Amino acid sequence: MTPLPPFQNVLDEHSAAVMGILRGAVGRDGAEDCFQETFLAALRAYPRLDDASNLRGWLLTIAHRKAIDFHRAKGRAPIPVAEVPEEAAENGLPEPDQGLWDAVGALPPKQRAAVALRYGSDLPHAEIAAALGCSPEAARRSLHEGLKRLRKELA
Amino acid sequence: MNTATDTGTIARTIEGFKVRAAEEGLLDVAYTTADSPFGPLLLASTRRGLVRVGLPNQDSEELLADLAERVSPRVLEAPGELDEARRELDLYFDGKLDHFDLPLDWRLSGGFRQRVLRAIDRIPYGQTRTYTEMARRAGNERAVRAAGSACGSNPIPLVVPCHRVLRTGGALGGYGGGLPMKQALLELEGVLGGTSSS
Repeated sequence: MTPLPPFQNVLDEHSAAVMGILRGAVGRDGAEDCFQETFLAALRAYPRLDDASNLRGWLLTIAHRKAIDFHRAKGRAPIPVAEVPEEAAENGLPEPDQGLWDAVGALPPKQRAAVALRYGSDLPHAEIAAALGCSPEAARRSLHEGLKRLRKELA
Repeated sequence: MNTATDTGTIARTIEGFKVRAAEEGLLDVAYTTADSPFGPLLLASTRRGLVRVGLPNQDSEELLADLAERVSPRVLEAPGELDEARRELDLYFDGKLDHFDLPLDWRLSGGFRQRVLRAIDRIPYGQTRTYTEMARRAGNERAVRAAGSACGSNPIPLVVPCHRVLRTGGALGGYGGGLPMKQALLELEGVLGGTSSS
């Protein structure tokens, strides 16, 4: 078992990545609050963490959960999407797609996380697998299942 | 996705996170570095009090990793939590403070070692004692070597003044921060190296 490094090291090494991803997922205004919520949740759980070998994936998973909470609370997009809607937006920004958002939020946890990590954070399958603690094949399968379900839900 | 981030905003956000962590009681170990005439010191405290002082020749990364393992991995840099310790140490190095008034957390030493260190904590400023005396005060006069090793493992040097413990006969013995530092501390306190006032 890898010993847990001081939490300050975790913060130093991963804060820029977490902030970058959150800005992408919830925008600049929401990112600071989500960032604090992410690291507070991480700090709370940290002493009980079994495996320190993929702290980045662990943090990104928490960050995505916080981004989902943020969107739920706000009830609006932008959200990680598989495909950009084709309709033109009035002000040059994509229209919030609440239907897609609800569908992503309703996916089973693994599928939801796989979709968010793939399209929200642009992570390759290997890193999604590490974040979810499964094999790359299983990650690919979760992603595939998640997308299939979204297509069906939104058809 | 843009990962280029403004470090100022991140720093501010991190500060906010630490304030909230402290409010929530999640700040198990707070640390900072402090200047001293001998080089940078590492200071670490828990909610009980000062738990670790790292001397300039000691590896801060190693000390913090050790705290993460032995106290709690919730270790965060939080200078504000150590303001009082830093203030008293500054005064001490200026020769303007002869008694630290800081709560201490003894948890890094157990049993005989802790008894030795608590005895050392009562040696007044400007005085010295021998390893033998410390062994006796800790309840086992014959455990002189163990008393010496307790001094050597003192997690809170300077504040728990193990530099005031000498060999019988007045030789300096050892010091975690190096003998020149021990000598300089005794000179600062008005004890000439090699003379024991006990």
